[in-house]
Amino acid sequence: MREFGFMLVFFAVTLCNFPAFAQIDFAGQWSPRYHEDYPERIPGPSLVEYHGIPINEAGRLRGLSWSPSLLTLPEHQCKPHPSDYAHRGPGRMRIWNEFKSDSQQLIAIHTRLRWQAPERTIWMDGRSHPPAYSAHTWQGFSTGKWDGETLVVTTTHLKQGWLRRNGLPRSDLAHVTEHFIRHENYLTQIVVISDPVYLSEPFIRSNNWVLDPRSSIDPYLCDIVVEIERPAGSVPHYLPGMNPFVGEYAELYGLPLEGTLGGAKTMYPSFIE
Amino acid sequence: MKLAMTRMLLSRSVWFLFTCLTLIFLGSVLISPRIGYGQPSLNFDDIEIDVLHVQGNVYMLVGAGGNITLQVGREGVLIVDSMYPELADKVLGVIRELSDQPIRYLINTHVHPDHIGGNAILAQAGTNFAAGNVAGVIDDAANTATIIAHENVLFRMSSRETPPPFEAWPTDTFFNSSKEVYFNGEAVRVLHQPTAHTDGDSIVFFRRSDVISTGDLFVTTSYPYIDLARGGSIQGIVGALNQILELTVPADRQEGGTMVIPGHGRLCDEADVVEYRDMLTIIRDRIQYMVDQGMSLREVQNARPTLDYDGRYGAESGFWTTEQFVEAVYVGINQGG
Repeated sequence: MREFGFMLVFFAVTLCNFPAFAQIDFAGQWSPRYHEDYPERIPGPSLVEYHGIPINEAGRLRGLSWSPSLLTLPEHQCKPHPSDYAHRGPGRMRIWNEFKSDSQQLIAIHTRLRWQAPERTIWMDGRSHPPAYSAHTWQGFSTGKWDGETLVVTTTHLKQGWLRRNGLPRSDLAHVTEHFIRHENYLTQIVVISDPVYLSEPFIRSNNWVLDPRSSIDPYLCDIVVEIERPAGSVPHYLPGMNPFVGEYAELYGLPLEGTLGGAKTMYPSFIE
Repeated sequence: MKLAMTRMLLSRSVWFLFTCLTLIFLGSVLISPRIGYGQPSLNFDDIEIDVLHVQGNVYMLVGAGGNITLQVGREGVLIVDSMYPELADKVLGVIRELSDQPIRYLINTHVHPDHIGGNAILAQAGTNFAAGNVAGVIDDAANTATIIAHENVLFRMSSRETPPPFEAWPTDTFFNSSKEVYFNGEAVRVLHQPTAHTDGDSIVFFRRSDVISTGDLFVTTSYPYIDLARGGSIQGIVGALNQILELTVPADRQEGGTMVIPGHGRLCDEADVVEYRDMLTIIRDRIQYMVDQGMSLREVQNARPTLDYDGRYGAESGFWTTEQFVEAVYVGINQGG
């Protein structure tokens, strides 16, 4: 009887002390797969290629004003991709967990990407997001929680960034929700961007990786140099109605110009048909 | 019966909707952050002063009105701007939680009431370093903190129809491009930015802590308030932003490094100033082009040259609307400023 009691207590303690651990572990080295949106992600999007993105009128004007020469300004050269875009780029991803040493509670999940080496922390300890007056960062402030075996990540406090690396803007008021799902050695990420400034509807896209234990992540250095001498304070941009590349992409691929200018309707099959 | 139920539900829905819209309207009027010059009808009793440690010796205080920058060390306390007078005691309470040393310096970035309102109370709570040619008792010369500002701040303050109390006026002014103080083990540079938000603007650069306090020529909550009547101009603001970018050095991956405390809004770094500078330069260039085409102010406003930034910085009502901002840029360009 005494042994039975001891066993009962043992099982009860074991069950009660089961740490609040990730329902599934994402730690490891992951290599991206580019079968989704390859032309946009690796060769890169064309200028004025906005279709499939639910931008509003303000987002379109901002995109059409954008000149690639902006990236030659020293203060623009070392900007990393923000966390809602960075996973689209080339390069592997490392994921590692951080545990509290005594309780082995999962405190945070960290990620680092090869391209531009952005490091990111997803807080798993239930902390709240910082107040509105706190600084914004390229990776934003992320908290995660489990929905079954799906990791749901909420990100705020992002710096003003981009939806596509051809000048389509995403504001610093955006709110991003990600869903990370692991199926054996495959990892899928669904990104939902809500932006009250430049989107008329949430923008959703997905990325995929394969576990790749043999891969590594190189250091990434960025050195700012003056590439073109310009008058102090000049900011390259196109005046409204004067972007010389409007229509170039549409003409190259035989697409209607209206479609290439994006907007919510260009996301749906009814428009594409 | 069914019809009556439907009417009742509809009636309740309409009242519910009306109540919600009224609450939203009142909320937006009472709670939304305001900018700049005018004093909003705030209930100061409900406002808390939040403290954010920026880096080094420097803190940012957030409440109502302009942000306050605080530098704290063994020699005492240096304050940049002072919010509204109604909040000065709360500000003082926060300062006393961070330091028991005397307030030695108060620097004003410009003359607007939401930045100088607490001057008298905060300065009188401090003591100055005094020595040398003092007529009378030397302690009398040291019984308030020194208030530093560009001389145009003093001119504007003292020439008002109803000037603030004499105790709020700057006691140590400068008329050239900068003033320097070495305090709490770091160089503090007060750099005049001519014809920017006003004609008396200064930014304050804490060199060791690597923090810049900008006043209202850089805010994250709205388009900049260009106070044409007090010597402000779009060109001066863009020039000042470019000077801030000359001083800032970002850390790794264009983030952190020199931190920037705006006049209103959240803590920033170089990349945020770049974004704001780019925006203002683009809008200025657009309006300049329209002016060159001979467009009238109304035509320029109707063309909406700020459309792509209005969702972030614009306002259709309140103290500083998008229409007023476009007008200020238009007038400034036409005046050659």
